[in-house]
Amino acid sequence: MITLSVKNLKKKIGKKEIIKGIDIELYEGEVFGFLGPNGAGKTTTIRMLTGLIRPTSGSISICGYDLQKDFTNAMMHLGCIVENPELYPFLSGYDNLVHFARMIPGFQSKRLAEVIELVGLSERIHDKVKTYSLGMRQRLGIAQALLGNPKVLILDEPTNGLDPAGIREMRQFIRDLAKNEGLSVLVSSHLLSEIQLLCDRVAIISKGAVIQTDTVHALLSSQEKMVWRVEPLQQAKQILESATEVVELEDCLITDFDANKAGLWSRELVNSGIQIIEMNRRLPALEDLFLELTGGDRIE
Amino acid sequence: MNKLIQNEMLKLLARKRLIVVGIILSILVVLFTYAQYQTVQTQLKKLGTTDWRTTLQQQIIDTQNRLSNSRIPDDFKKELEVRVKQQQYYLDNDINPAEPGAPSFTKEFMENSIDLLLPLMIMVIASDLVSSEFSMGSIKLLLTRPVKRWKILFSKYVTLLLAISLIIAMMGMISYLISGVVFGFKGWTAPEFIGFQITEAGFDASGASIIPQWQFILMDFGVVWFAAVVVGTLSFMVSVLIRSTAAGMGIILALLIAGAILSNMVSSWTSAKYFFMLNMRLTDYLNGSPPPIEGMTLSFSLAVLTVWWLLALFISFGVFTKKDIY
Ligand SMILES: Nc1ncnc2c1ncn2[C@@H]1O[C@H](COP(=O)(O)OP(=O)(O)O)[C@@H](O)[C@H]1O
Ligand SMILES: [Mg+2]
Repeated sequence: MITLSVKNLKKKIGKKEIIKGIDIELYEGEVFGFLGPNGAGKTTTIRMLTGLIRPTSGSISICGYDLQKDFTNAMMHLGCIVENPELYPFLSGYDNLVHFARMIPGFQSKRLAEVIELVGLSERIHDKVKTYSLGMRQRLGIAQALLGNPKVLILDEPTNGLDPAGIREMRQFIRDLAKNEGLSVLVSSHLLSEIQLLCDRVAIISKGAVIQTDTVHALLSSQEKMVWRVEPLQQAKQILESATEVVELEDCLITDFDANKAGLWSRELVNSGIQIIEMNRRLPALEDLFLELTGGDRIE
Repeated sequence: MNKLIQNEMLKLLARKRLIVVGIILSILVVLFTYAQYQTVQTQLKKLGTTDWRTTLQQQIIDTQNRLSNSRIPDDFKKELEVRVKQQQYYLDNDINPAEPGAPSFTKEFMENSIDLLLPLMIMVIASDLVSSEFSMGSIKLLLTRPVKRWKILFSKYVTLLLAISLIIAMMGMISYLISGVVFGFKGWTAPEFIGFQITEAGFDASGASIIPQWQFILMDFGVVWFAAVVVGTLSFMVSVLIRSTAAGMGIILALLIAGAILSNMVSSWTSAKYFFMLNMRLTDYLNGSPPPIEGMTLSFSLAVLTVWWLLALFISFGVFTKKDIY
C-alpha cells in the first residue's frame, strides 16, 4: 500500500528554483532513504511534506489525504522531526509529550506511557528537557512523532550529532518500527554508509532533483569498486587493463567490483609474480557516486 | 480549542513571566506609596498643627456662601456643588482630604500607568508569545500537528487576553493592598465628578455628573483594559512578523516612548492624532484632563484604537496562516 505519494513537487524561493520536480512513493513497512549532499534540497523537500512551507506546485498525499486540501486528516497520519527536535527546554519531557498529545484529536492517554516505554525514556521523563543529552532529545523527538500512531514517519538526518553507539541504536530502532509496526519511514542523510545500513530503497537527490530511485542493493552493487594495492603497480595495471577498466589513484588501482571475476583477476596477478598487499571491496564515496550518476556534475 | 489554550497557559506559566511582572509591579507600588506618603507628610507640616476637620468645616461654609450668590455662572456653580459634596463626604467619613485612601491611590496609579507602564508589562508577555516559538525552533513541532494554523494562533491570542486581564487585576490588587496598609482602605464611595471637559473656552461642565468613586474606578479599569488589549495585539502582531523577540520589544518600546514624547509637544501637528500612541490616555477623558491635541474625544480615541486593533489582528492571522516556516 502506498502511504506517501509525492508528485512533481516544486519550490521556488524568490527567483531561485530550489526543488525542481520531485516524485516519491513510499510503501507500508519500508525504510526509504533520501540521499544527497548538503544543500541538495532534502530539508526543503521535507518541510513541504510536513506542511511547514507551501509547494510552488505539485501534490502531496498522505494515506490518501491531500496535504493542501485536507491538512488535518493528512497530518493525523504523519509524524516527523524536521532538522533537530526542538522541544521546550523549560518543560519536562513528560509535559512536552502531554503538550503535543493535547493537539491530537481523540488522543488515548494510554498511548503516552506506551510511547515513553518504546523510546526507553521512562527513568528521566520527568526531568526538564534542558538537562537531556542530545541522544535523549532525539529519542523524545521520536516519541512526540509517534504519539498519534502515524502511518508515515519522516526523520531529517536523525543520526546527526549522535555518537557511534547512539547511531547504531537509532538505526536498529528505526528498522524495528518499520518491521514491527508497519510504518513507512523516510530518512534523509548525506551519508551513503548510513543509507546502506538502514534503508530498503533510496532516492538520490542533487540540486533539487531526484537523479535515481532504486533499491539500495541494486544501486550499490552496480557502483561498488575494488581497490588493489599491488607491487609493482604499473605491471599490475597492464594486466588488469586487459580485463577491465582501471583507474590509478595514488598508490592503488581501482576497478569495478565483480564478484565472479575478482578471484580470476587476482590469480592472474599472482601468476605474473605480482605481490598483492591488499585487495578491498569498497563502497563508492557519495561524491564518486554522484560523479558517476550525473556524468561529471560536481557537487558544490 | 480548550486544550490548546491550556497548552499556551502551561508554557506561559512555566516561563514565569507573569511572576516577574508581579514582582516589578509590587516594587513600583511600594516606591510610589512611599513617595505619596512623603508628600502628604510635608503637606501636613506646612499646614501646621491645626485640626483638618475645622479647616474643612470652614471651607464648606465658605463654598456654600458663594453658592448662594446668584450671580455666579452655572458651570462654576456646578463645580462648587461637587466640591461641597466631596468635602462633606470627607468630613462625614473622617477622611483627611490631603491623605489619599487606597481607592484614590489605585485610581491614580492606573491612570498614570495606562500609556507606558502597563503597555510595557503587557509587551513583556505579548512580544514573545509567537516569536519565542520561532527562535526556539519549536514552531516546527507546533505546526506539524493535525490542527489548523489559525486555531493555534487563536489559542495564543486568547491566552494573551487572559494574561492582560490577569496583569490588570494584579495591578489593581497590588496597588490597593500595599497603599491601603499605609493610607487606609476607605474612600470607595467618595463622590467623583465625571463628564466635564477642559476646553479653550475654559471649564465645560455641561453633561457632568457625580458618581461614587468605586464606579469611577470600574470605568477606569474598563478603558485601561481596552487600551492594554490594543497594545497587546500590536505587540502580538510584531511577534508574528519578527523572529527576534528583542527586536520586536525594541520596536514597541520605541513607539510607546515616541508617543509619550509626542503627546507633550504636538498640539499643532493634528494628523498625529491618528497614531495609536497618542490615543492611549483614555482615562484622561474620564477625569477631565485636556487631550494632547485639540478636539480629540473619548469616542474618537476609541475609534482610532479599534481600527489599529482590527488591523493588527487581521495582519497577524493573515501572515501566520500563510507563512513559510524555515
Ligand atoms: N529560506 C531560504 N531562502 C533561500 N534559499 C534557501 C532557503 N532555505 C534553503 N535554501 C537553499 O536551498 C537549498 C537546499 O537547502 P536544504 O533543503 O536545506 O538542503 P539539505 O537539507 O539537503 O542540506 C540550498 O542551496 C539552500 O541554500
Ligand atoms: Mg538539511
